[in-house]
Amino acid sequence: MADRKMNATPLVEIRNLKKYFEINEGFFKTKQLRAVDDVSFEIMTGETLGLVGESGCGKSTLGRTLLKLYEPTAGEILFEGKAVKGKKELEQFRKKATMVFQDPYSSLNPRMTVADIIAEPLTVQGYFTDEEQKKKRVRQLMDMVGLNTEHAARYAHEFSGGQRQRIGIARALAVNPEFIVCDEPVSALDVSIQAQVINQFDELKKTLGLTYLFISHDLLVVRHISDRIAVMYLGRLVEIGPADEIYDHPIHPYTRSLIKAVPIPDPDRAAADKEEGLKGDIPSPLDVPTGCVFRTRCPYAKDECAANMPELTDRGGGHLCACILK
Amino acid sequence: MEDIKNILSEIESSDFDKASDEEKKSAVRERPSTTFFKDGLRRLSKNPLALISFVLIVLVTLAAVIIPFVWPYSYDAMLGNVPGKSMDMSYNNLAPFEYSRSEQLRMDQGEQVFPHIFGTDASGRDYFIRVIYGTRISLTVGFFASLIVLIIGLIVGSVSGYFGGKVDLFVMRIVDIIYSLPDMLMVILLSAVLKESLGLWIQGTVLESIGSNMISLFLVFGLLYWVSMARLIRGQILALKEQEYVLAARVAGAKGSWIIRKHLIPNCMSVIFISVALQIPSAIFTESYLSFIGLGVNAPMPSLGSLCSDALNGISSYPYRLVIPALVISVIVLSLNLFGDGLRDAFDPKLQK
Repeated sequence: MADRKMNATPLVEIRNLKKYFEINEGFFKTKQLRAVDDVSFEIMTGETLGLVGESGCGKSTLGRTLLKLYEPTAGEILFEGKAVKGKKELEQFRKKATMVFQDPYSSLNPRMTVADIIAEPLTVQGYFTDEEQKKKRVRQLMDMVGLNTEHAARYAHEFSGGQRQRIGIARALAVNPEFIVCDEPVSALDVSIQAQVINQFDELKKTLGLTYLFISHDLLVVRHISDRIAVMYLGRLVEIGPADEIYDHPIHPYTRSLIKAVPIPDPDRAAADKEEGLKGDIPSPLDVPTGCVFRTRCPYAKDECAANMPELTDRGGGHLCACILK
Repeated sequence: MEDIKNILSEIESSDFDKASDEEKKSAVRERPSTTFFKDGLRRLSKNPLALISFVLIVLVTLAAVIIPFVWPYSYDAMLGNVPGKSMDMSYNNLAPFEYSRSEQLRMDQGEQVFPHIFGTDASGRDYFIRVIYGTRISLTVGFFASLIVLIIGLIVGSVSGYFGGKVDLFVMRIVDIIYSLPDMLMVILLSAVLKESLGLWIQGTVLESIGSNMISLFLVFGLLYWVSMARLIRGQILALKEQEYVLAARVAGAKGSWIIRKHLIPNCMSVIFISVALQIPSAIFTESYLSFIGLGVNAPMPSLGSLCSDALNGISSYPYRLVIPALVISVIVLSLNLFGDGLRDAFDPKLQK
C-alpha cells in the first residue's frame, strides 16, 4: 500500500472538531455526551485514513460530523483548503464527499428499486435532465461495482448482504465524488464477502483516484486498506501514524492492547503470548475520566495522568501519540 | 452387457460440451420482482374474512352509487302528494311489498307497479331508496372525513416528526390539548355552533346543496380527529428518520421535503392505510350518532342515523324501520373494521410470520 503516490496537499482537514450531544436526564436537566472531543487530523488527496476504536468511542459520530450530517459543536471542517460553512459551500461539499454505510439492510430504502437508489444523488443534485442518460449512468455504476445491470428494476431485499453493500457503494460513487467516508462498510458482512468488498474499495480507489476515511473496529481490515491509521478512545484521538508504523510499533497503551486483541491464527503462538489484554469496559462518555481518558484502564497509569489529557506529540515519521510514555 | 452398450451408444460427446450462454439463459427462470405491496396483497388474499368484508364494502358502495339512478322513486318524493289532486293517505306507512289504493287499482288494470321493498315511511316516501341514500351519505361522510383527517394528520405528523425539537414540542402540545378535550362534547358543541353560523355563510353557493350540517360535520372531523393520525405518523417518522437510507439521502444533499416524500411517507404507507381503513367506520359511526341526535344532515336528506331516529316514533308498529338502517350501519362498520384488521395483518411488518 505504501507505494501509492500521495499528494502532499490535504483534501480534508478537521481542526479541533467537537460534537457534544445533550442528553435529557429528567425535567430541565441535561448532560453532555462528548462523542467527539477536540479531534484534529488531515487526510491527504489519494490517501486512505483508517479510523479504529472500540464500539461507542465516537468513530461513526466523527464520520458523520465530518460530512456535516451532525452540526459540529465546535471546530472546523476544511475541504480542499476551504472551510465548509454556509449553504453554498455545503452544496459543493455534498457533490464531492459521500458516504458508504455500515448496515446494508437499513441503508437502502425497501420501497425503491436499485436503479432509483443509485440514481438518488443524481436526481437530488439535478445532474441529468435526460432520463435516458441517467439510466446509462446508473448502468455504468452498477457495472463498476460488479452488479448485474439487468437487476436494476429489483428491490433491495432481493439481494444478499454483499450485493447490497455494492449498491451502497454505487450510490456513493454516483456523483463522482473525491472523498468517501466508509463507516464500517464490511463489519456486517461474512468474512469471505468482506474480502471481496474490501478489494472492490481498493480497486475503485486506484481507478477513480478516491480518498477514503475508512472507519472500522477490525484492525486487520484497516491495516490492509489504510495508508495511515488513527486510533480513537472515548471521543479522543490517542494515536495517529502510518499504518505499518502503528501496527508494528504502537506507542499508546490503548493501541497496543487493541493490536494484542487481534486473534492470532496459531494456537502455539497464541498460548505463548502471556501479556494480558485490556480489562474492564469503556467508561461512559457521560462521565469521562479527568486527565487522560484512558487512565482508568491503563496498566501504566501514574498519578500525573489524572491531571491533564496529554497532547498529541510527534514521535518521528508522522507518528503522533497522546501519552506520557516515550 | 448389451444394455450398457446400448446406453453408451446413445451418449454423444456433444452432451459434454459446455452450455452456451443462450442455453444458460433459458435455465435461469426470471421471476418478476415482488414489491412490498404485491406481497401484502398476496397475504391479504389468503384471509377469507377480510376478502368477504371487502366484497361487502364494494357491494354496498356500488349499491349506494348506482341504485339511486335506476330506482323509480326518489328519496324525497311523498308519493301520495301529487299536485292538483287531494292527498292520498294510503301511501303512508306501507308495509314491505304492500301497495297503496291507487297502485292497487293500476295493477288491477294490468299495469306493472314497482314494489316498495321496505314499504314507505310516515310521509309516504319509499323507504328502500331512503336507506340507500342514507348509506350514500354515511359512506361519503366516512370517506371524506377520513381523507381530511389523513391529509391534516399526514402533514402535521410528518413535519413534526421530521424536524423534531421545538417544532415537535409545540405541535405535540397542541395535539395534547385537543386530545384532552372530551370529543363527543366538542363535536356536539361545534356542530351546534357551526350549524347556526355556517347557514348564513353558504347561502346561495354550491355548498348550500350539501347542507350546513354536512359541512360542519367535515369541519368537526378536520378540527378534532386528525390528532391521533398525526401522533401515529409522527411516531413512525421518528423511528424511520434514524434509518441509514435517510442519512444517505442527506449526504446526497436531499432537502427535508424530498426525504419526507420519497423515504419517510412511502415507508409508513401501510400503517397509514390501515389507520384510514379503521378511521372510516369510526367517522361513519360518529355521523350516525350525530344524525340520530339531530345534529347530522339536513332534512329531507336521510342518513342512516336520522332514519334510525325517525323510526323511533313508530317503533312498536314498524320495528323494521329501525332494524334496517341499524343493520346497514352494522354491516358497513363491521366489514370496514374487519377489512382494516385484515390489512393490518397483511401489511404490518411487525406481525409478519
